Amino acid sequence: MRVIQAGQVTEALTRLGIEKAYKIPPDMLRCFDAALATEKSETGREILRQIQENAAIAAQGEVPYCQDTGTAVIFAEVGQELKVEGDLEAAIQEGVRRAYTDGFLRKSILADPLRRRNTGDNTPAIVHYALVPGDRLKLSFGAKGGGSENMSRLAMLRPSDGEEGVKNFVVETISQGGANACPPLVVGVGVGGNFEKVALLAKKAALRSPEARNADPYYAAMEEELKERCNRLGIGPMGLGGTVTVLAVNIEVFPCHLVALPVAVNVNCHADRHGEIVL
Amino acid sequence: MAEYALTTPLTDEAVEKLRIGDRVLLSGVIYGARDAAHKRLVEALDRGEAPPIAVEGSVIYYVGPTPPRPGKVIGAAGPTTAYRMDAYAPRLMEVGMKGMIAKGKRSEAVKRAMVDRTAVYFGATGGAGALISRCIKKAEVVAYEDLGPEALRRMEVEAFPLTVVGDCHGGDLYLEGRKAWEGKA
Ligand code: SF4
Repeated sequence: MRVIQAGQVTEALTRLGIEKAYKIPPDMLRCFDAALATEKSETGREILRQIQENAAIAAQGEVPYCQDTGTAVIFAEVGQELKVEGDLEAAIQEGVRRAYTDGFLRKSILADPLRRRNTGDNTPAIVHYALVPGDRLKLSFGAKGGGSENMSRLAMLRPSDGEEGVKNFVVETISQGGANACPPLVVGVGVGGNFEKVALLAKKAALRSPEARNADPYYAAMEEELKERCNRLGIGPMGLGGTVTVLAVNIEVFPCHLVALPVAVNVNCHADRHGEIVL
Repeated sequence: MAEYALTTPLTDEAVEKLRIGDRVLLSGVIYGARDAAHKRLVEALDRGEAPPIAVEGSVIYYVGPTPPRPGKVIGAAGPTTAYRMDAYAPRLMEVGMKGMIAKGKRSEAVKRAMVDRTAVYFGATGGAGALISRCIKKAEVVAYEDLGPEALRRMEVEAFPLTVVGDCHGGDLYLEGRKAWEGKA
């Protein structure tokens, strides 16, 4: 049994949370460059230039990239041969609390969805655990913006809707809500599993690197096709018209019941703040 | 697509010449307010009270910034989504508000009020919180302090980069921009 202290988790997460709010990951920066090279609308190019300049200013570490510093979402993969000394869940929450407080980030989390009192420190973070082989702890972190999250959708399609049904649902989702989600977007798509699993798949996909294609060539081709279809919608950067609406469509799949075809679309904005640490 | 440098307060003449797609660098005093501050402003008007800001010719920015670092004027300060303010905007236009800065589509009622009252809707780049914070030279809470990050703020801006996304002639760039590029790659 390898042993780590819960305090190490807090420290690492605090550092990662602050860093991500200010420094957009390099894969996103490369996507912005590619977008500027392909965008045909002059208004769209102006918006993309502002997005690049914004990233450069934020990276200096004084002002966060976006004022909505998001909901902290964490996928924790815990190795079965690892022992965390102390309370892992509390350590994760404390890491998020410190990141949002010490990093001068916005606290957007309400203690109750209807009575709407702010918790004041952006906790609780939303944490998903998985037990995995090995003796490491991997934390995949995302600071997920609220505006883009609101444009996400889920459907229990009929199996007969098939591949076309899934693809149309994705394109429809972007067509309806894309303009309000701060495009250019990274679109996370979950297919299969069941009602709760498909939402989780979509979230994983939305936080995956926009440069990583699905390992299965069938789904990798679908990702490319959907990207092209979404970009033909004409929505463009910030919805003002143009040829770059999405930077990537990421698909994650899981086996499902023979009567089911669940699909979920989790929309991520250009403030796609993702990163991971391994302890 | 024309480019203008404008200073607040905005006049009818300045607003009338603006067309969707125009680029504007805005300077002067603007007011920062979101949902809760809008609600209070409109409630004050409905009670017949004078609002705590100079509404005539004013521009309201829908923004909820991050907390400033010590010694800084403001944190990241990009626009929030406009539709949540649609219920309040027409009432403010009635009393002389001339401009709104935010992101995202507006309701038909807001668009109609912009035509009737000669007002303009500027789009700021969503998510460009760091870039925009550089244009904000001064920021202070002027009312509703108890709302914290949602308090009503007076801001002095310099060359705030904006796009006209809704004009007083009924133009809507969210509809027309998309139409112009639909089907193209
Ligand atoms: S949708 Fe994303 S980029 Fe836009 S304001 Fe929200 S977090 Fe920022």
